[in-house]
Amino acid sequence: MSEYHLRAPFDEATMRQLQLEDRVYLDGTLFGIRDATQHRIFDEGVAPPADLTGAVCIHTAPGVRKRPDGTFEKISIGTTTSPRMDRFVPGLLNQYGVRAIVGKGGLLQPSVEAMQSFGAVYLAIVGGAAALETLQIEEIEQVWWEDLMPECLWKFRVKDFGPLIVAIDSHGNSLYKKIQEQAAANIKALGYG
Amino acid sequence: MASIYDTIEQTACELYIRALQEIPQDIRSALARGQKAEIEQQNETASQMMLTILNNIEVADRDHTLVCQDTGLPIFHVTVGSDAPVSIPELQEALSRGCARATRERPLRSNTVHPLTRKHTGTNTGVGIPVVHFDFVAGSSEIELQLAPKGSGSENMSFLKMLNPSDGIRGIHRFVLQCVFESGARPCPPVIVGIGLGGTSDVASGLAKRASSFRKIGTKNPDPDVALLEEELLREINQTGIGPQGLGGATTALAVHIDWAHTHISQNPVAVNMQCWRGERAEAVITATGEVRFPQDEVPEITNPQDELVGATA
Repeated sequence: MSEYHLRAPFDEATMRQLQLEDRVYLDGTLFGIRDATQHRIFDEGVAPPADLTGAVCIHTAPGVRKRPDGTFEKISIGTTTSPRMDRFVPGLLNQYGVRAIVGKGGLLQPSVEAMQSFGAVYLAIVGGAAALETLQIEEIEQVWWEDLMPECLWKFRVKDFGPLIVAIDSHGNSLYKKIQEQAAANIKALGYG
Repeated sequence: MASIYDTIEQTACELYIRALQEIPQDIRSALARGQKAEIEQQNETASQMMLTILNNIEVADRDHTLVCQDTGLPIFHVTVGSDAPVSIPELQEALSRGCARATRERPLRSNTVHPLTRKHTGTNTGVGIPVVHFDFVAGSSEIELQLAPKGSGSENMSFLKMLNPSDGIRGIHRFVLQCVFESGARPCPPVIVGIGLGGTSDVASGLAKRASSFRKIGTKNPDPDVALLEEELLREINQTGIGPQGLGGATTALAVHIDWAHTHISQNPVAVNMQCWRGERAEAVITATGEVRFPQDEVPEITNPQDELVGATA
């Protein structure tokens, strides 16, 4: 297991070196997306108004307060369950060049395969640990599609954002899949398979 | 002088924020035990997950921030004394106003949407929300409010099966393990697994929710047969190896709570409801004269000195 401090945008080689259970901390730009954001991009066909080439996206919908000058103050920013948004992952990678997704709950096999062919990774964060995440997000730099509030497209600036665990690598390996296969065998061994 | 309904509104508002910021001591102790177990197993990823969870609780204590961004859907269990000077419909409205006020003033992220149009109400209240359950007790003039703002990652992992009576206890084991397996990483393990046994389909679901989200860790069902099943299922669930955040480990569940009701000879209803590691809940007691007590403030609940004072820097 290795530990990395990385700053997006990423290239393919950086992602290919990451192995399952490596620890990652992020600095710099992190984009926030959720169900409605991706519904707009992929189901309504509206291209994202920011360049996501090499970007890291996090599955989130922040709690915020709007300041009089139109900018946003962070109140509570955490991570939502990724498998709900699994169907959007291949498009994020192949059409828009996203290199890493931060989330909780994992992704399904089509996403694992998309990550393998494109060279991208899934970074598991501790779901529910929003107090820490909010601390590690320095600023909400930009917000697009405010009509989708809180499921807008968010641009955050982060520092030492983590620890994140490489839970799906770019070589076809998924820690979730491995653990679920073991769990199925363990349940069988208990006599309830 | 404030009316009893102003007091109820104010208390509901405060409970909503407290439940999202202050993790109950029984949950902290269980999480600390989980971390210890993962360290003993020398599982680095699982230990790191548990450490991050505990660090997060300390940051929320220190900075008075929300533990998790999911402000949930507010669910109340209200116990009204027969001598409490209160009208139930007005009490219910006051609870709703309190939730809306917390959402506006804190502010809290609002999650309540129409199920078809997905249009937001913006207040964390709406048709049927907050959910309010009532119990009534004779010979008391107090109102006891319990609130769990149930988050969605765990609530989406809800299950109901009308088993056959011939499936028996074995069928219950099999179904619960299947639910935990299917939930995997999604409900933010380590979870509290709430199980409702018996009744009708709706009763079983309600019991499962009450067991997952309102019962303290460390409490056992008073029925010894049911308590034994709680123990067995906790051991089996933690033998699956799903672990913290579904990344593997010995701590998949912090507790298994079963509540039950009698059922029909031809039914065997089992409902399962998950609660995430945060186990968010808060309670208050309002007296007939309008005084408010928060029992979580009063009781030093560290019963096992080995549990250490997790998050006690607050």
